[in-house]
Amino acid sequence: MSSLATTSQLSSSLTERRLPRWMPAVNLALAALLAVAIGAGFNLSSKPQWLLIAAILYVVIQYVTSAVVEGRRHAKNYVATSLVWVAFLLALLPLVSVLWMTISKGIGVINANFLTHSMNGVAINQEGGGLYHALIGTLEQVAIASLLAAPIGILTAVYLVEYGRGNKLSKAVSFFVDVMTGVPSIVAGLFILSFWIIILNMPFTGFAGALALAILMLPVVVRSTEEMLKLVPNELREASLALGVPKWLTITRVVLPTALGGIVTGVMLAVARIVGETAPILMLVFGADTINMDPFNNPQSSLPLFVWTEYSRGTDQSQARAWGGALVLIAVVMILNLVARGIARWKAPKGATR
Amino acid sequence: METPRDTSAPPSDPQPNQGAASAASHLAGSSPQRGRSSLSDGGNTGRRGDAIFKLASSGSGIALLVIMAAIAAFLTVRAVSAISADHGNFLTTSDWQTQADPITFGIAAIAIGTLISAVVAMVIAVPVALGIALFISHYAPRRIAQALGYVVDLLAAVPSIVFGLWGALFLVPHMIGVNAWLNQYFGWTYIFHQNEPGTQPRSLFTVGIVLAIMILPIITAVSREIFLQVPRAHEEAALALGATRWEMIRTAVIPFGRSGIISASMLGLGRALGETMAVATVLSPSYVINLHILDPAGSTIAQTIANQFGESQGTGRDALIAAGLVLFVITLLVNGAARLIIARRKEYSGADA
Repeated sequence: MSSLATTSQLSSSLTERRLPRWMPAVNLALAALLAVAIGAGFNLSSKPQWLLIAAILYVVIQYVTSAVVEGRRHAKNYVATSLVWVAFLLALLPLVSVLWMTISKGIGVINANFLTHSMNGVAINQEGGGLYHALIGTLEQVAIASLLAAPIGILTAVYLVEYGRGNKLSKAVSFFVDVMTGVPSIVAGLFILSFWIIILNMPFTGFAGALALAILMLPVVVRSTEEMLKLVPNELREASLALGVPKWLTITRVVLPTALGGIVTGVMLAVARIVGETAPILMLVFGADTINMDPFNNPQSSLPLFVWTEYSRGTDQSQARAWGGALVLIAVVMILNLVARGIARWKAPKGATR
Repeated sequence: METPRDTSAPPSDPQPNQGAASAASHLAGSSPQRGRSSLSDGGNTGRRGDAIFKLASSGSGIALLVIMAAIAAFLTVRAVSAISADHGNFLTTSDWQTQADPITFGIAAIAIGTLISAVVAMVIAVPVALGIALFISHYAPRRIAQALGYVVDLLAAVPSIVFGLWGALFLVPHMIGVNAWLNQYFGWTYIFHQNEPGTQPRSLFTVGIVLAIMILPIITAVSREIFLQVPRAHEEAALALGATRWEMIRTAVIPFGRSGIISASMLGLGRALGETMAVATVLSPSYVINLHILDPAGSTIAQTIANQFGESQGTGRDALIAAGLVLFVITLLVNGAARLIIARRKEYSGADA
């Protein structure tokens, strides 16, 4: 009995006073009640305002109670925690809304006909039509862009990490990779326009669009691959070199396989970035309502371009098609993501610590 | 050891070679190479492979530089021919008349519009994105955090045209109330003043919000990766010294991730500055300078290019390329500045160690 008393005394003297665990919940309820009262009292019609008031009130009440009981440091901790939660919830709203709108508005449009037919001969205020031509265009353009950008990007990253550590060329390359990351898609499109179409006098084709997409993809591949190669432990390289394995074999057999999961993920992110690019496609591929399987001749279409043209046609039917196109576009992106993740997991070195 | 490597290397660029040698010696000392040169067979094939592989990888790096130089060069060539045909001052004119007889165009209005929309987007997105990143890396329960990280990765891949569609057809009608409220209570700040209250909010402010939502997942994804890389020992040390969770984040996580946060924001800013389709769907363009960001006025460089491209020919296209060059230079400056900040902060972060 006495020993129990001493331990409780001890613990209370050694640890600070803390708020009870149920206090945040009570404060949250209090803040919500107050917000409802204020909202109803002042007749605020929009519900987001109520939510905002509740969030602010909660942070204030939590800070005050915590400052009184636990002291300022813990109060600040609570404020930070609340802000982080608020930021998270705040950001979820629009993101969920985007997905919800796309799915709910797009799902009604999508059927077998929509996926297997082009817009050939479909009037703007007529229902029906589809995006088969756009789907083909997107797949071909993205595939060409990836074939161009992935090898160059990965090799550049290998150069940066394995060969050029800290010399002038690698510093320049590294700097311009960063700069290139910030090159807007429309500028890449303009470059190909001025170089490929105006100066070399080439026609508007899917390949021209793929060139611009490759430029956009390149820095993303380099950056992500570089980060992954840096994470490969030096001990692996040292062990391989110490066994007499040439440097290039060390890179291709030891370093790259170790980082393969990350590299694939990086390439996938790059592909996901370019699948949705509209601006360069708008300028270089030019758009078509008919099916064109050949990316090297004549204009094609692509999914984002399909969404844009259907949106700007402005009728109810075409905007419905735009939502359908948006949903298919998102689905393509997600499928790409899932497949690449699967590959990353399947190819990941066994027993790697991740 | 040095000489045979030199002869096998491409004569055009001696520098990566030195780098390779120093990197190799840095990695493994000089002993492995000495051992290899005595094994004549393996040494020869290895050396040839080395040379080819190094040529390929350094060639890729050089190709990247060439592309960047070519972008600047080709844009400049076309831009110069456009600006020489311009009857207005390219930098101070707001108008964009490339079809009219005296061709008059300038980037004053659209450059300012670009900056305004990007600043609005950054002000909203960066704090929120860092909050989400911290939530995922340090606050959420472990299982939920993994799922959330996955969701954020997927959201980063949602194409801009989808956000544009959402912004134009969903957000614009819902912004009327918010705009009226801002105008009523914050009209005195000048920027939130509306010249004509009640107009369709196809304004730079709405564009900024759409852009903020668009760049949220990117900033979040990158900074979350950085926050997850913070050494556990640092965090545990901070906690062991009695720090609260927030103090631990402030003293251990943020300093470690600072350069990552900046580069994440930089990625977001780059996307916001150059974003075309989301702006083109939401904003109703007009080529005037208007700092009341709630008014449906102003335009951005990228939007101008996309909107005018279809109906432009010859000099009109060159004028758009000139505008693109300005956008290119702006993004170049932004990224360069961010890069310098990162370089200065690098010693604190330890991210490169």
